[in-house]
Amino acid sequence: MRTTFLEVPSIEGKNRKMEMERDGTENKTLLEMREVSKTFRKDGSDVLVLQDVNFSICEGEFVCILGPTGCGKSVTLQIVAGLIEQTTGSVILDGKEEHGPGPHKGMVFQEYALLPWRSVVENVEIGLELRGIDKKERRRIALEQLATVGLSGSEEQKVHEISVGMRQRVAIARALANDPKILLMDEPFEALDALTKEEMQIQILKVWERTGTTILFVTHDVDEAIFLSDRICVMDINPGRVKKMLVNQLPRPRHECVSRTDKAFNDMRDEIIKLYSSLKEEELDLII
Amino acid sequence: MKMGSKEDNIQSGSGMIVDFIKGRAFYLLGILLFLAAWQIACTLKGFGDFSEAFSPLSAALALLEMARNGDILHHAIPSLRRVLVSLSLAIVFALPTGVLVGYFRQLEQITYVPFQFMRMISPLAWMPIAIIIFGVGDVSVTFLLWLVAIWPLILNTVHGAGRVSPLWLNMAKTMGAKDMGILSKIIIPAAIPDMLTGLRLAVGVSWIILVPAEMLGVPDGLGYFILDTRDRFRYDQLMATIFIIGAIGYLLDSANRWLISKFAWKI
Repeated sequence: MRTTFLEVPSIEGKNRKMEMERDGTENKTLLEMREVSKTFRKDGSDVLVLQDVNFSICEGEFVCILGPTGCGKSVTLQIVAGLIEQTTGSVILDGKEEHGPGPHKGMVFQEYALLPWRSVVENVEIGLELRGIDKKERRRIALEQLATVGLSGSEEQKVHEISVGMRQRVAIARALANDPKILLMDEPFEALDALTKEEMQIQILKVWERTGTTILFVTHDVDEAIFLSDRICVMDINPGRVKKMLVNQLPRPRHECVSRTDKAFNDMRDEIIKLYSSLKEEELDLII
Repeated sequence: MKMGSKEDNIQSGSGMIVDFIKGRAFYLLGILLFLAAWQIACTLKGFGDFSEAFSPLSAALALLEMARNGDILHHAIPSLRRVLVSLSLAIVFALPTGVLVGYFRQLEQITYVPFQFMRMISPLAWMPIAIIIFGVGDVSVTFLLWLVAIWPLILNTVHGAGRVSPLWLNMAKTMGAKDMGILSKIIIPAAIPDMLTGLRLAVGVSWIILVPAEMLGVPDGLGYFILDTRDRFRYDQLMATIFIIGAIGYLLDSANRWLISKFAWKI
């Protein structure tokens, strides 16, 4: 009885998550993409890079957008972030149509986008500073978020003094500091070595479980998408579009329950790769 | 860097001095060779009959004399004052201009030709006009120095503000930043290393232009004193003044290098 009670704080987040899944409260739609298309003008002609993207994400969900280079997965994310405007269609977040960027949509860039003249904690504070939150309060929030990503004690270091893995964690803390409705991650672990990458994948899942935030995560790494996601939005190229939305039912917490050599994991990987090989055959047919 | 300073602290005093000299042996050698070459050229009458007056030894004696009778301070202080006043005015004008021009692409295109055209004109060419407008004296000299200092400041700031990573701008936008926030939190801090480089160049060129500018009708200053010593045939004092000009210029530049090492961020 006593030990159970003591264990509660450490697994609180997980319990909440599991309860939410059981209750079905997680089913509230947070983000909805409705018929989103994007054409770019290139060399005097219009190129369709994204065609009729439709999907929705529930509150607290971890969704990965998976696809090869040129499928428009990053463009999709940047449209959600408000950094690129869609040509047609709409982005609905929390019941409201979105126009332009804002701190309620936390963005984590592949290249970190940290400011080299600021210390770690000052980088995390930037969003709070821009919103005019007073110094004491923003330091408190920033330190709290650095603790969330496991960077307590590094707050006074300069950006060039810390490892690339740490830099991306600073960028995550910076996005979380704004208390966003959704966290948008654009191939955030792409520049990391294989070992750091796995470590960061576990880290982001822990952050997700602890904060209960919703995450939309872009990647071209099949294993990464399987390891992280609740659902995988598989995208196609020419033109960029959603091929299939896969439900990922591997048990959580993944770093304890799942190994990348499990049968279930392999099956999922095969399913995805099959999607792509059929995609290639279609293209081959077109060429022939 | 930190390790090095720790080691220095635990060494004895004399050991520190020896190390200090060891690390700078070639700098010292450079200074000695420079003085030796200067002295030898004068002793060999390399500059004609007056050569002896130009030697470092006579200059050193004249320097002592000028230090005692107050000539050094009497002329160095007005010179420094003019340079610092004009630099301050240049900074106040040039940094905001540079940031705006660097940030707004249209402004950069509008100003490009006028700026590149103006910066190639020696400020001394404006001297007659300056005298017509401001009269002979301090104001004209300050104006000419201001005119020479603004270009390196503006152009370097434009460069710094213009090459800000688009990634930082996107990041700031996703944080909800508007134009003012982007300018104050991203563009200006990002341009600081270039602003400091601009300042270093501005100080250098101001100090160089100061001497001829002070030959245009002011009653004091190092430039004025050069002409004064010439007129009094005190070539030893002239050399001493040249030495002072070089030494102050060197110190000003060192101060700038210190500013850069202190405030320019690293990647």
